[in-house]
Amino acid sequence: MASAASLTVSVWRGGEQGHFARFDVPARENQTVLDVVTYIQRELDPSLAYRFACRVGMCGSCAMTVNGRARWTCRTHVRKVVGAGGALELRPLGNLPVIRDLVADLAPFFDKWSRARGTFQPKEAEEGAVPDDFAIVPPASKQRRQADAGIECIGCAVCYSSCDVVAWNGDYLGPAALNRAWTLVNDVRDGARRDRLDAVAGDAGCHSCHSTQSCTERCPKNLDPSLAIAGLKRTLFWDTLLGRR
Amino acid sequence: MDLRPRSHPTYLAFVVHRVSGLLLALFLPVHFWALGSAIQGEARLEGLLRWTDNPLAKAGETVLVVLLAAHLAGGLRVLALEFLGWRARQKDMVAASAGVALLVGLVFLFNVV
Repeated sequence: MASAASLTVSVWRGGEQGHFARFDVPARENQTVLDVVTYIQRELDPSLAYRFACRVGMCGSCAMTVNGRARWTCRTHVRKVVGAGGALELRPLGNLPVIRDLVADLAPFFDKWSRARGTFQPKEAEEGAVPDDFAIVPPASKQRRQADAGIECIGCAVCYSSCDVVAWNGDYLGPAALNRAWTLVNDVRDGARRDRLDAVAGDAGCHSCHSTQSCTERCPKNLDPSLAIAGLKRTLFWDTLLGRR
Repeated sequence: MDLRPRSHPTYLAFVVHRVSGLLLALFLPVHFWALGSAIQGEARLEGLLRWTDNPLAKAGETVLVVLLAAHLAGGLRVLALEFLGWRARQKDMVAASAGVALLVGLVFLFNVV
């Protein structure tokens, strides 16, 4: 579709109750969706609100809904997602309150990280204190490998935005917070395992997941939050069955 | 509903699992009613069973068998995912579940026709 002379871009304007505004943007051989949004803001409508920072897929702040799917706009080439006739539809991330235009409010998303006890709590030191000695965690150990599998999450909320369970149950902690909890459950230096498992065991926790795996399908970092949630379910099942909690 | 964010195999597997479960739950009262007719005498049950020999009922039975097989195969896939942590080749597992369900349906169909 890169051969189209211009792109027809529908951009969400306003808050929760808003509308789509249409812009014609010149098509380039190489352009990202973030380039398109930036062009609109700089050349066509300076009042357009959107969020970005690094532009190279490190911060995750430019995540939006592009043609129905949550993506990092800085790492999405227009030619890979553009519809028939050069159509692009841009909305803010789903499952989150809309501040304005393409900017979603991520506060509920990060609040859930807190509710899932997503903070590392050193086992042998008071909260926030530096332990006396280094912990030795063999890189090949099972727990270390399980923690490593999810540790690269940068909190962009693409998984959260793609999760139907979040849409159905506003209290559901969501894939990213549960993935974070799973990395900490596997962190042998952490001392809050019991509290954390309690935090993720309720109706809003891991057992609400239906394993549709949209989180895993959409994660721009190819992480597997669905596996992390399955791990939490499994751990809770055996801990409960064997009377360990 | 916007299908664009949901168009991937494991989502489809979830929908098939959920819908097949609901349809089977709806069928259960009919199943118990049919079995319950035996209480009212052999002839009544026999009459009901003869009625199910008609092609439409056989087609319905085949659909039921496919639903049951799909629900079972899909459930085993989810159990493997959640209890064994089988993550590799999820899409192949979805395809295998669908294949098993259709195969069971075909075997049933060849046996009744």
